[in-house]
Amino acid sequence: MVFEKIATLLSTKKGLNKELISIDSSFEELGLDSLDSIELIADMEEAFNVTIPNTELQGIKSIRNAVDGLSKALNG
Amino acid sequence: MVKRIKMESRKVVVTGTGVISAIGNNTTDFWKNIVDCKPGIGEYHHPLAEQIRFKNGADVKNFDGTQYLEKGDLDLMDRFAQFAVVAAKEAVHQSSFIVDKENKYRTAVICGTSIGGIHAQEQSYFEVYKENKTRVHPLTIPKSMPNGGASNISMQMGITGPVYTISTACASSNHAIGNAFWLIRSGICDQAIAGGSETPFTYTFLKAWEAIRVVAQDTCRPFSKSRQGMILGEGAGMLMMETLEAAQKRGATILAEVIGFGMTSDASHITKPDQKGAEEAMRMAIRDAGIHPAQIGYINAHGTGTLVNDSMEVAAVKNVFGEHANQLAISSTKSLHGHALGATSSLEAIATIMALKEGLLPPTANFQEKDEACDLDVVPNASRKKEIHYALSNAFAFGGLNAVLAFKKWED
Repeated sequence: MVFEKIATLLSTKKGLNKELISIDSSFEELGLDSLDSIELIADMEEAFNVTIPNTELQGIKSIRNAVDGLSKALNG
Repeated sequence: MVKRIKMESRKVVVTGTGVISAIGNNTTDFWKNIVDCKPGIGEYHHPLAEQIRFKNGADVKNFDGTQYLEKGDLDLMDRFAQFAVVAAKEAVHQSSFIVDKENKYRTAVICGTSIGGIHAQEQSYFEVYKENKTRVHPLTIPKSMPNGGASNISMQMGITGPVYTISTACASSNHAIGNAFWLIRSGICDQAIAGGSETPFTYTFLKAWEAIRVVAQDTCRPFSKSRQGMILGEGAGMLMMETLEAAQKRGATILAEVIGFGMTSDASHITKPDQKGAEEAMRMAIRDAGIHPAQIGYINAHGTGTLVNDSMEVAAVKNVFGEHANQLAISSTKSLHGHALGATSSLEAIATIMALKEGLLPPTANFQEKDEACDLDVVPNASRKKEIHYALSNAFAFGGLNAVLAFKKWED
């Protein structure tokens, strides 16, 4: 569910083809830079009503990292 | 027949400085806290601070505009303009420069700010959107406009020469000082008040900085392995600059000489700095100064405390200076006065001037474990006596705008 939501966010906000987004995709492969990453995380926080601290951001460089980071925030 | 301005190349000196900052509301206190390595970083004061994720900042303490200005004048000025005027007055007072009918058109005021009168602007938005008012204060425009600092300085002092504002984010003050330097050197002006002011502690602007995720939760630790980002600051720094001839004629005390200015743009990313742009700005300042890189003894770094900037800046310095990079000192005074955005490089210029004058290297405060990507002499946690003759002060801004100043120790 988390992956699906992230893929939808990227598709909607960044115009990415959802079918080309996999759990193993890196942000670099998807053409996302640091600002895109920050925007995605802000959207994730709003969609799931969580807070992902700045200290976690450095490690979020792929869809898998984003899913893991969000899951961690959801589980408190 | 109107005489054409003849371009010259005159020596430009600094004869006065003025400061409003988190570590002092005058140059003396500001410099003392730098020498003693006492940061002005802690919980900032805002009624809605609990709703902002980061709690620490470098806000100005105990500033009361009524101590310096008449009520009627204050009513025209947002906080950033008050800071600008008060700092300018200190600089001019120290220099003993007096504006008169002979020099008022030959004197410039050039100020840097990134956001100008945001307190007045935000108040007006609050009233319209939150309180559903149908009108805002009639002085919202003159208080909000980014040229408020420069204009109020010119009005307070009767200066009628070139007066304008430069807005280049975190490089604003360096651009302002550099422009003033070129105007005086070339013969267009004989003196200038130049620097910057910024007062960013408003709710939505704090929220904006929260959103872009570059502000540290703890403090500003430039060059440390454990650095988490910048600390937002506020303040103003102003220089009184003039030709050497004018300064000597008046018997003014010369604090330092401005000898070079370089500016480039990255044309790369809107927030992420590009090393090449930073390198070229430093090289340009050194070329403009007519000196060799090996003559530089100290660099006041842009040194924001972000992972990206600090490692980039060290790599750029190594490329520009080669082996000499291991001989010079580089410190970030943002670790003490915070990142005051458009004003910050004016504070750093003053720190650099004082370093040259006093023979004392400003420290990088809050330094913990060394980062191998920042393995230069960053003057950790304590100021250090060292006589230096030439220094650079760097500013590398969002938008990829780079501005570097070169200063020389004044020796009679």
